[in-house]
Amino acid sequence: MIRTEGLTKRFGSVTAVDDVGLDVSAGDIYGFLGANGSGKTTTVRCLLGLVLPTQGRIELLGRPMPKAGRDVLPKVGSLVEGPAAYGHLSGQANLVLLDASGRQPGGPLGGGRRDRSDRARRALEVVGLGDVGRRPVRAYSLGMRQRLGLAAAMLRQPELLVLDEPTNGLDPQGIREIRILLQQLHEAGTTIFLSSHLLAEVDQLCTRVGLLDRGRLVIQESLSTLRAPTGRTVVDTSDVALAKEVLGPAVEVVEGERLVIRSADPARVNARLVAAGVAVRELGPERRTLEQVIEERTSARRPGEVAR
Amino acid sequence: MRVELVKLFGRRRTWVAIGLLNLLPTLVCVLLAWTRIAPRPGQGPAFLSAVIANGSLFAIAALAIVLPLFLPIAVAVVAGDAVAGEAQAGTLRYLLVRPVGRTRLLVAKLVAIVVFVLVGVVSVTVIGFVVGHFLLGDAPLSQAMVSISGSVLTPGQVAWRTVAAVLLVTFSMLGVAAMALFLSTTTDSPLSATLGALAFLIGSSLLLTIDAAQPLQPYLPTRYWLSFVDLYRDPILWSNVSRGIALQAVYLGVLLLAAWANFTTRDVTS
Repeated sequence: MIRTEGLTKRFGSVTAVDDVGLDVSAGDIYGFLGANGSGKTTTVRCLLGLVLPTQGRIELLGRPMPKAGRDVLPKVGSLVEGPAAYGHLSGQANLVLLDASGRQPGGPLGGGRRDRSDRARRALEVVGLGDVGRRPVRAYSLGMRQRLGLAAAMLRQPELLVLDEPTNGLDPQGIREIRILLQQLHEAGTTIFLSSHLLAEVDQLCTRVGLLDRGRLVIQESLSTLRAPTGRTVVDTSDVALAKEVLGPAVEVVEGERLVIRSADPARVNARLVAAGVAVRELGPERRTLEQVIEERTSARRPGEVAR
Repeated sequence: MRVELVKLFGRRRTWVAIGLLNLLPTLVCVLLAWTRIAPRPGQGPAFLSAVIANGSLFAIAALAIVLPLFLPIAVAVVAGDAVAGEAQAGTLRYLLVRPVGRTRLLVAKLVAIVVFVLVGVVSVTVIGFVVGHFLLGDAPLSQAMVSISGSVLTPGQVAWRTVAAVLLVTFSMLGVAAMALFLSTTTDSPLSATLGALAFLIGSSLLLTIDAAQPLQPYLPTRYWLSFVDLYRDPILWSNVSRGIALQAVYLGVLLLAAWANFTTRDVTS
């Protein structure tokens, strides 16, 4: 669905995006992670043809961008760096205007001008703005604007959703609603490219992860690979001394009442401990959290450094 | 394109601008009707000396009143807002990924601006005619209208010459519009685009008053603005009218090309 080769964007002497090779296939929920200023938004803008890359190739739905934009973009819904709407118009009117702008894609998704307001109303209902769609956007809260932006992205039932920080400004309840909504869309066959700096969001939702660090793509893996067991077992016990005696040299780390044991088979560790009468509180394979993985792979930021 | 018109004319601001545009000539007309003191011929805005005799001519006088400053300000505000306003509101990126082609968007904006100018100019003419007719009264038909050259024009002649004047004024505003539109593609701040276009105009008007700038004067955008007055000479003095049209066409072409070249190759980072 999305493929870039050597994507590079320089603004003057600053290299915002450096040799990025994204690969998102159909059916993915791709989490695009990175700190503030790491180049996420610039990459998203390049994908959508808003920013023209200095070097490199971009393919969206198998077609080159930005050349094939007029054929590809109708099938892509997007939210780029926050929502935007005309403040003096209602949410409904904004969606209708957006829907009427530009060339209409053909086929079943096209839709004519007759059901334009129905389409807008449906999109508003999906994101939970059904009741307030008639108020002017000026009076919307940040969360409501965010929902309106999502409604605009989903207006045409796109094959691919490119969402830049979609839960920005939403309350926990709203974040959960959006997560469920995105999961439903994904089950219905939509590929989702989600850029975020919220690890939890990506952790709960995504199947694949790309990590951008200072413009470079340092990780691109499926989430399950990243979080695969490390081949060690963690034991939590009150009998630390006894456990160490039983397991001997396999014990690698002792942190208080927590032991890390070199063994990929927690069941056997458990059997040995229980046979020796060690009271085990908790036991399981060691998994790295996404946060740990990211900490390992990104270069440390100097204090005070936010973006280059 | 229809969308751009809906956007422009759906805003209260657009109508306020057109309303304000009509306020000054109406005020002038009320004052004239009240005091009956017209400027002496050759002083003050064109035609104002003639309107006491024939109120219907106030339509043309109204055009001459708003042309030097009010009309260009209104045009610069609307055209400067065209692209930069969308950029500032953040809606530009959503339009472009909709997708609306960049060239297409620029053309749609231009059409909306032209319609706005036309509506503005026509409204000034019509309202000028109406207030002149009712406040200043008509001259007896036998006198009809005396052209600037002294001969009598029939109402039919005045009518078609007024239509030509409306078109000419609209066209001469397009140079300002193109300037503001070009600046609007270079910045994300509508205010800078508008002020930039106005600075360009004020600079041009200033140079027209300086004798030392004489070699430049035939090429200044505001040089032939008031040449629509020549349409009311008998016979019509075409030389300045046609020079004005040619000059505006050059400005329009160059600036629109610059706007297009800049907008289609630019990174949209707003």
